[in-house]
Formats: sequence, structure tokens, C-alpha cells
Amino acid sequence: MADAVQQSWVPALAVARERAPPRNGLQRFMRRRSTLAFAMCLPLILIIVGLVAYPALYSIYLSTLNKTQTRFIGLGNFSFLLSRDVFWMVVWQSAVFAITAVLAKALIGLITAHLVNNLPTKGQRKWRGMLLVPWVIPLALSSLGWWWLFDPTHSAFNWLIVLLGGNEIPWLSDPYWARFSVILVNVWYGAPFFLIMYLAALKSVPEQLYEAAAIDGANAWQRFVHITLPMMRNIIAITVLFSLIVTFANFDIVQIMTAGGPRNMTHVFATYAFMLGIRSGDIPLGAAVSLFMFPILAVAAVFILRGVHKRGREIG
Amino acid sequence: MTATAIAAPAVRRRAASLSRDRRWALIVSYAFLILFAIFFLLPPYYMIVTSLKSDGEVARMATNPWIVADGVTLDQYKLLFTQSDFLVFFKNTAIVTVCVVAITMVVSILAAFSLGRMKFWGSGVLAAGIFLTYLVPDTLLFIPLFQIVRGLGLLNSYWGMVLVYPTLTVPFCTWIMIGYFQSIPKELDEAALIDGAGHMQMLLKIFIPVALPGIIAATIFAFTVSWAAFVYPMAFLYSADQQVLTVGTVTSLIRADVYKWGMLMAGALVAATPPLVIYAFLMDYYIAGLTAGATKG
Repeated sequence: MADAVQQSWVPALAVARERAPPRNGLQRFMRRRSTLAFAMCLPLILIIVGLVAYPALYSIYLSTLNKTQTRFIGLGNFSFLLSRDVFWMVVWQSAVFAITAVLAKALIGLITAHLVNNLPTKGQRKWRGMLLVPWVIPLALSSLGWWWLFDPTHSAFNWLIVLLGGNEIPWLSDPYWARFSVILVNVWYGAPFFLIMYLAALKSVPEQLYEAAAIDGANAWQRFVHITLPMMRNIIAITVLFSLIVTFANFDIVQIMTAGGPRNMTHVFATYAFMLGIRSGDIPLGAAVSLFMFPILAVAAVFILRGVHKRGREIG
Repeated sequence: MTATAIAAPAVRRRAASLSRDRRWALIVSYAFLILFAIFFLLPPYYMIVTSLKSDGEVARMATNPWIVADGVTLDQYKLLFTQSDFLVFFKNTAIVTVCVVAITMVVSILAAFSLGRMKFWGSGVLAAGIFLTYLVPDTLLFIPLFQIVRGLGLLNSYWGMVLVYPTLTVPFCTWIMIGYFQSIPKELDEAALIDGAGHMQMLLKIFIPVALPGIIAATIFAFTVSWAAFVYPMAFLYSADQQVLTVGTVTSLIRADVYKWGMLMAGALVAATPPLVIYAFLMDYYIAGLTAGATKG
């Protein structure tokens, strides 16, 4: 990026000077390329500072107050949370939810991407278009559909299971089944994203590599392990880390399908923060809960940034 | 000469087995893809089926729930449009989305042009900062933003959504626009400069037309994100006249303890239609925007 900019700004300045000699210092300052560039970024900076950076810092301040926000209590909210069993359950459930869902999504994405890539080129578009539909439907609305599929008395899944001679499954009323169900919905929603990313990555692997491997007598599995995986390693890492952040911070599915129940056992950080902060009106405690997400997300973010930079260098 | 003559039948046999392998692989691929397609399309299919049933059939459990047994009826949709606040939600969502898309595109095109083509003190740091902002999830910010929105008197107003949604859309759109702008050859802007064009003219006459595919992809992204946003309206809006589609469908259409599943599903489907229509017609742009985040930069 840097050299691109340097190349073009020299003639630009020269032309600007030739065209209209600025009369005073202010005018000259306003005409300067960097001033204009900064002015064009100003709305973006205002949004980032005012609506992301400031709230993030404000959140830290909020989390040190008591419930009525009248008194400074230091780390009181954090120590209160750490002493509660429910909070530890939320930590555990968020981790299990994010890790299992992301692994399942990555695996399904990888498999389906290969399957689609096997098809004749003409048919790929149609299949890709069809398989991406879960990603396109707003998650809140498809979660509502899933909720109805899991309805305790009318579950259409249970109708099929009973038809096949099984027992009805308490999808959302049994804590463990409920945990399974929210993960299932997340996998359903997110796997198509992985499919699209991996399919794009598969297409970027040079065909000659496979031809060379075929001549050397490599079978399909060897080609996958020694060519496809190394070529896709970076994009797999970026996608997994990115999805880890999004899944870890997910709100819609749990809020709609279980609202954290039964017995708080499906709560993730986001829904627990919502329940404490907005529903119960303890804003500082809610802020403290969501701040616990921060270190985990920050680590993932650093790795993504590194991966993106590396990939940028590979391409350029 | 002799070597090739000997090798020829072996190669042919090998080629035949390869093509047989390939046909086999194709059959297996189709079989598994059909299974995955069923998994992926089952919920939307079931939502459509439910929305076409009468209340009586939805409640009765004797018949196969996966098909419409008593005949297709559009009563649920009629009910949705006449007996509920659905149209108010739709109007609110449309207003919010149009405003957010407009704000997002102006802000991110200006910033991306500046960061991708010009340079100023700290522009490199800013570019990295944009990417990090994109990774900050809304669920980390909704509680402090609740306080801020309340302080501004915008709690329970959809204008509050117009204020906060750009945090979801602007960073990513700027990020992918930087990539698109950087891919434009520098000869083009040099030619424009020689012809005496200013920076704004260069942006309007060259960059925007040339990067139009990227702009369309970014617009689609901004549209789908603001249409589907759920956390912020869930936390900041509570009365029906200000509610947006996602939260309105999930909360307000449910009356007391009676779940009108047919109408709920009809509502969810109608609410999901605009993103689906855009996807159907602009699939390539949609996918370009989706993959741009990780492959450009």
C-alpha cells in the first residue's frame, strides 16, 4: 500500500501547485493532499472513535460501578461474577458452544466445498447458490423457524422420529439436548460461509500442482494432504479464527430458542450479559460480563490480523 | 518409439479407470450434496409449509406436518398484513436500512479512497484499526451503547438504530473498498491528474465507476447486515411503533401464550424476502463481498 501511495502523490502535488498558486498559509494547508485525505477519513474516524472506542472504554468504567451507578466499587462486579457458579457455567458453555460449532462448521464446509468442486463447472453455481441460503436468511428469523421445528408438542422432527420407531426428543426442555440444539442451529447457519470461503480457496490452487502430483502417482488423499491443505492453510486459519469470534459472541440463536434456559444451562456470554444488564437493569454487571469476552476475542483478532497480512503478501 | 508403443495400451487402460473413478466420484458427490442440501433447506421449507396451513391444521397433530394436507391457504399472510403490526415493522426496517446503507457507502467510499490512494500521518495505523473494529462484535458494545443511546434520548426510537448500525457495516465496507480501489491501475489516476482533474473529480469520474462491482458488493453487505441486525434493536427498542422486523417478528407477533405459528412463519418468511431476493439476483456480487474480507488486504 505504501509504495503505491508514494508513487502517485508526487505528480499530484506538482499539478496542484501549477494550477492555482495558493494565496495564504491556510489555503495552502487546505490544498495539501494529506489534509484532504484526512478530511475524507474524518467521518470514519468519528464513527470508530465515538461508537466503538469510546463505548469500549466507557464499558470498563461502567463495570466498576454499583447497580444504581452511583458508587465506585472497583473490581466488585468482577469478583462477584467469579464467585458465582452460573457465571462459570456460562464461561464453559460459551467455550463449548464456540469450539464445537466452529469445528463442525469447518469440517462440513471443507467436505461440501470439495463435493461442489468435484461437480462439472456448469452445475457448481446452482449448488453453491442453493447451499448458501441458510447464511442469507437473517439469523433471528431462521432461529424462529428452528424453534418451531423443536416445539415441544408439535416438533416435526419428533414426528419423523416417532414414525421411524424412536422416542420423542426433548429438544429444548432438556438442558443437554438444548445445548446440542443451539449448536446444531449455529452449524446450520455458519457452515455455508465456510463452504464459500473454502470453495474460493480451492479454485485458487494452481491446476498444474495436481497434474504434477497425478503424474507422480499420488492418490486423492495424498493430493489433499500434500497440496490442498498446505495451499489452503492460511485461509482455513483466517476463517476459523473469524468464525470463532462471531460464534463466541453469538446472541440471536440462544436468545430466541432458549433465552438461556433451562436452568441457565444454555447461556453464552452475550445472552447472560443481556439478561443481567438489560432485563434485570444491572448495567454495570452486564458490562462486566461482556468485558470477559474481550481477552479471548483480542487473542483471536491478533492472529487473524497476522494471517491476513501473510496472505496479502502471498498474493501480492 | 518402441517404448511408447508398449506404454500406449497401459495408458489407455489407466485413462479408462480414471474416467470410471471420476464418474464414481461424481455420483458420490451428488449423493452427499443432496443430503447436505436437505439439511440446509429443511428449515426454510418447513417454514413455508407451515405458513400455508390453516390454524386448525397447525394445531392438529394427526397429519404429516411436512406437507399441507388440508389445502393451501393464504389466510396466515392475510392475518399478518391486516391484524398485526408487521407492516409498521417493515416500514421501520426499510427506513433504517436505507439510511444506514446511504451513510455507510458515503463514509466508507470516502475513507477507502483516502486510505487506498492518498496518505497522511497515521493512515497505516488507521487501516489496521478499521480491520480490528470490524472484529469487535456487537454483543461486546451493546451495554455501553445502551447508556449512550439513552443519554442522547434515542432509546426506543429507530433513529437510534440509524446511529449505531454503522458500527456493524462501515469497517467491513471500508476494508473491502480499500482492496477494490487499490486494484485500480495507477496509470488511470495519473492520466486524470494530467488532464487537470482534482481528487474529488478523480473519485467520482474514475474510481467509483471502475470499482462499481466492489461498491455493489459493499452495498449488499451493508443492506443484509442492517436488515438482519438483532442485538441492538432487542436491547434498545421496546414499543411496537418503533420496532424493526427481526425483533418485532420474534417478540411482538407472539400474543400472550398463544403461539400463532402459521402467522409467525409467514412473518419470518416475508421479513427474510428482501435479502433473499437481492441474493437471488446479485449472487456473484454477494459472494464476492463475502470472500473479499479474507482474501484482500
